[in-house]
Amino acid sequence: MDALIDQLKGEIIEQLNLEDLKKEDIDADAPLFGEGLGLDSIDALELIVLLEKNYGIKIANPADGKKIFQSIRTMAEFVQANKK
Amino acid sequence: MKAKKYITSYCSIKNGKVNVNGKELFSDSSLPSVDFIKSVYKHFQLNYPKFYKMDHLSKLAFIASDLLLKSNPIMQKYAAEDVSIIIANSASSLEIDTEHQNTISDKNNYFPSPAVFVYTLPNILIGEIAIRNCIKGENTFFIFDKFDSDFMGSYNNSLLDSNKAKCSISGWVDFYENKYQAFLLTIEKEQGILNIEHNSEQLNKLYNN
Repeated sequence: MDALIDQLKGEIIEQLNLEDLKKEDIDADAPLFGEGLGLDSIDALELIVLLEKNYGIKIANPADGKKIFQSIRTMAEFVQANKK
Repeated sequence: MKAKKYITSYCSIKNGKVNVNGKELFSDSSLPSVDFIKSVYKHFQLNYPKFYKMDHLSKLAFIASDLLLKSNPIMQKYAAEDVSIIIANSASSLEIDTEHQNTISDKNNYFPSPAVFVYTLPNILIGEIAIRNCIKGENTFFIFDKFDSDFMGSYNNSLLDSNKAKCSISGWVDFYENKYQAFLLTIEKEQGILNIEHNSEQLNKLYNN
């Protein structure tokens, strides 16, 4: 799980152009939206694309996004459970 | 008789140089355009959380407008509705349009990026400037082959003469294939930091400077 969390941090930094952040700056349990990383609605769409492009996972029900994208850890747990 | 208008401040970014109100504030001709723009942002410590998310065209406009309005804080003087933003360029948003096209050209690898797509219009850069400075006045983006001082001058005069705006942020912001140029100025009825008469000749002189 730790390796996946580390990988996701790198992918998120690259995909969302968070150039001023390093992996170690991101707390795996911090909220992705609002506080924490302070991501916005466009970033949410980017995360959906990231899961599909890098892990072949489509989020069938958009309402699930709130739980999945709570933090890097919840994202990693979702990827681990659904990776193809 | 129409009242005189003045160019009260300007910022020019081109050829590895940043010039504000006639003073060269930064220079580094060794860097390619993208790295140069980032180095200007870092040099002037223009902290803005969304900067790295912008496309290169918006980044260039953001930096030029920030340096311009730091030198001439017009938002302390005018209401948000009284400031217009009128900008033009020649490449439109072609740089990011091409990047978007590359993400959708292969049907087997079809992953359009929402963050790229939102910048596929040149007037988005006006939105970035407006959000940063809470500007709510008139705004328009034009596309010309080259900087048209007659048209831009006349358009801004018309806005100020008809009281659609009391101050206009205007100029040229272009970015394509490693070539870039930003030239932004403030035009006011009142005299300001600089008191250059607003006319076609002066616009061309400052643009080409």
